[in-house]
Amino acid sequence: MFQAAPAGSTPQGARRALSAVDHAGDKARLKAELQSKINGMQNSRPSSRRLPTVPVLAGILPGGGLQAGAAYSVANSTTLAMALLAGPSGAGAWCSVIGMPTFSVEAAASFGIALDRLVLVPHPGDQWLTVTAAMLDVVSIVLTCAPQHIAPSDASRLMARLRQRGAALVTMGPWPHSEATLSVTGSNWQGLGSGTGHLRSRRMRITARASTGRSRTADLWLPELQHGPWSTSISDPASTSTADAESGQQGFFARSARAS
Amino acid sequence: MKPTRSGQGAPASPTTTRTMVLWCPDWPITAALREHLLSAEHPVALIEKGEVFTCSPSAREQGVKRGLRLREAQTRCTSLTVLPYDPALDARSFEPVIAMVEKIMPGVQLVRPGLCALHAKGPARYYGSEERAAAALLKALAAIGLTAARVGIADSPFAAEHAARATEFGDDPGTDSIWIIPPGETASFLSSFPLEVLEEPTLAVVLRRLGIRTLGDFAALTRADVRNRFGAEGALAHLKASGLDHHSVVERKPPAELDVVVHCEPPLARIDELTFSLRLSAEKFVDRLREAGLVCTVLVVQLQSESGEESVRLWRHPRWFDADDVLDRVRWQLQGSGDVEHGLSSGISRVQLLPETVEDLSDHADGLWGTGPDENIHHGLARVQSMLGHGAVLTAMVAGGRMLTDRRVFIPWGDPPSEAAAKSRNLPWPGQLPGPAPATVFDEPRAVQVLDSTGSTVDIDERGLLTAVPVTLVAAPPRQSAISSWAGPWPIVERWWDSNGRSLNRFQIVDESGTAWLLLLVDHRWWAEASYD
Repeated sequence: MFQAAPAGSTPQGARRALSAVDHAGDKARLKAELQSKINGMQNSRPSSRRLPTVPVLAGILPGGGLQAGAAYSVANSTTLAMALLAGPSGAGAWCSVIGMPTFSVEAAASFGIALDRLVLVPHPGDQWLTVTAAMLDVVSIVLTCAPQHIAPSDASRLMARLRQRGAALVTMGPWPHSEATLSVTGSNWQGLGSGTGHLRSRRMRITARASTGRSRTADLWLPELQHGPWSTSISDPASTSTADAESGQQGFFARSARAS
Repeated sequence: MKPTRSGQGAPASPTTTRTMVLWCPDWPITAALREHLLSAEHPVALIEKGEVFTCSPSAREQGVKRGLRLREAQTRCTSLTVLPYDPALDARSFEPVIAMVEKIMPGVQLVRPGLCALHAKGPARYYGSEERAAAALLKALAAIGLTAARVGIADSPFAAEHAARATEFGDDPGTDSIWIIPPGETASFLSSFPLEVLEEPTLAVVLRRLGIRTLGDFAALTRADVRNRFGAEGALAHLKASGLDHHSVVERKPPAELDVVVHCEPPLARIDELTFSLRLSAEKFVDRLREAGLVCTVLVVQLQSESGEESVRLWRHPRWFDADDVLDRVRWQLQGSGDVEHGLSSGISRVQLLPETVEDLSDHADGLWGTGPDENIHHGLARVQSMLGHGAVLTAMVAGGRMLTDRRVFIPWGDPPSEAAAKSRNLPWPGQLPGPAPATVFDEPRAVQVLDSTGSTVDIDERGLLTAVPVTLVAAPPRQSAISSWAGPWPIVERWWDSNGRSLNRFQIVDESGTAWLLLLVDHRWWAEASYD
């Protein structure tokens, strides 16, 4: 039965431990499995299941990618929020954007977000909490512009629902329980002169500050965020971290993404 | 009546079916006159593919006829009203006629709109004779305003139809609108008709070359010879000509009454009252469909208010309607038409629920283990829709256009995708924005200021050149930021021949913080269309 369980649902630590004890470890395996389930229910920490993430962002996010049941906040860039949505959407998940009437669907499509699996609620009005909670029930990732003042109890209830459903929440602006805050700390456009040319590409420095206070940055080009080349290795800190993210969890601390 | 042999299934078995045919002459014209509320004397022509398909008697008197080009017909009859020919309208408006006939005589076969056939035997026995049955039929139709109908009775549907048509050429046309061919005389009645009435043009040509000019001549040939020479088609035509028709009257099964009408007495002015009183009816509507093994996927809701206003709207459903969905649609329709908080402009007195499209229940049945994740999505989104309204939950499509707000089309969840949007995306749009798409597009452009080094607003002269180099951008009024690079103006002139056309200049600007903006200069004022944040 446990052989049939998807590999992603086994905790990484447990799996590594199990590979050592292999055949004699049936009991241990069962125990670890049950323990992880209990942890998943009791713990206020999100489960270790990861949603598919754009590799360059997976490299700087805590835990190596978007975690199911976690919230992330994006400080100042819709582009970055779209990049977060692009991973799950590309893997066939439903996405929802709530309370963002300025969200550009054309740009979203250029990130590889499938528009036929994207649901927009531009004006939820004063029912923001109910609508967001209802959406978290059915879609895998919700991008929303949270209201200025949200009661801590409401936020905790939403987080509980989030963990139970295994969805991810991305908020524009601060959010009390966010796993990490992503922001664009440097931006440099190419292609535009003084009165000549047009915008072609953008060099971005992205900083992810985890709730533990640790922050990581990645430098990358905008087209890279949109559609790869994700797997090729360029001599660039961001793409090195990309390669690491794909090789698995082992290289987590050896990654060249700079920690400050 | 000749006893009929059993073996109805065999196509060529010679049978006689005493048939009554009801014919409404010029039905497309009658239907169009009724639909557009025109008087019967008004000259009307129905046009199909630029040619007259059919015309009213008053137009015919002035020389309009079938096959005439539209312009020619209008020259001949200057007061002609021209309407497009709509076969759906014919069928739709004939439905009340059939319903009326079915009220007094069961077992009607709709041959085509304007023509229907019945078994004559039953009505003749009930009303005493065939004449009385036909008279009763005409009387019933006169009650719904159809005075021009004609009835023919004969031994076969084919002969009965031509008997009905032949009433026009009777001694006293107009008064005697019933023609009854006595049993056994059908063949002699048909014998004088030309071969064209068989509607077999190739056969008619061959027969005419053989010296056969009427149905009587044709019927005089032996059946075996005709079959040997002309095959099955010829044999069928021969049967028709000899007054024996292999067609019998196929009785129509009246469709089940699926729509639901609710009269509110007294009229209800509040939405919650109305939806509450509609709940039972909505459940009855869904249950009745389910009993018939159907589900409704497209619903028409008709609302009539006390003051006579009518609101009709067609609603689609991504899956199918249950009672709650029906109530939601009624509520949304009311919310769209009036003030939600303060009730309606006047009370609703009548609500009608019409299933526009029904599909077989088995096509929509849930699988044994559910129908997968999409079912959850539908339920969840329907919940949000019932909270916020139909238009609040949207899916999006990328369309074609120059302005960024034109390039997106929002479709309420459950409505079909817009074909026009999909088509326009592939057209060339000279002047559309190059490079990556901006991530934030403002619904309404936001006012900004672009200043030159002296602090005055940068503008454009009549030759399309900038008056000064832009230096400072004021996006949020107190904060100024220096412009590090810029490009433009890119003029866009749309529909210059139209007063609603627009003419503007676009700029791309990157400020010192590295944020790029897409700006518009319209009539000396600067706006932000989008931001590359």
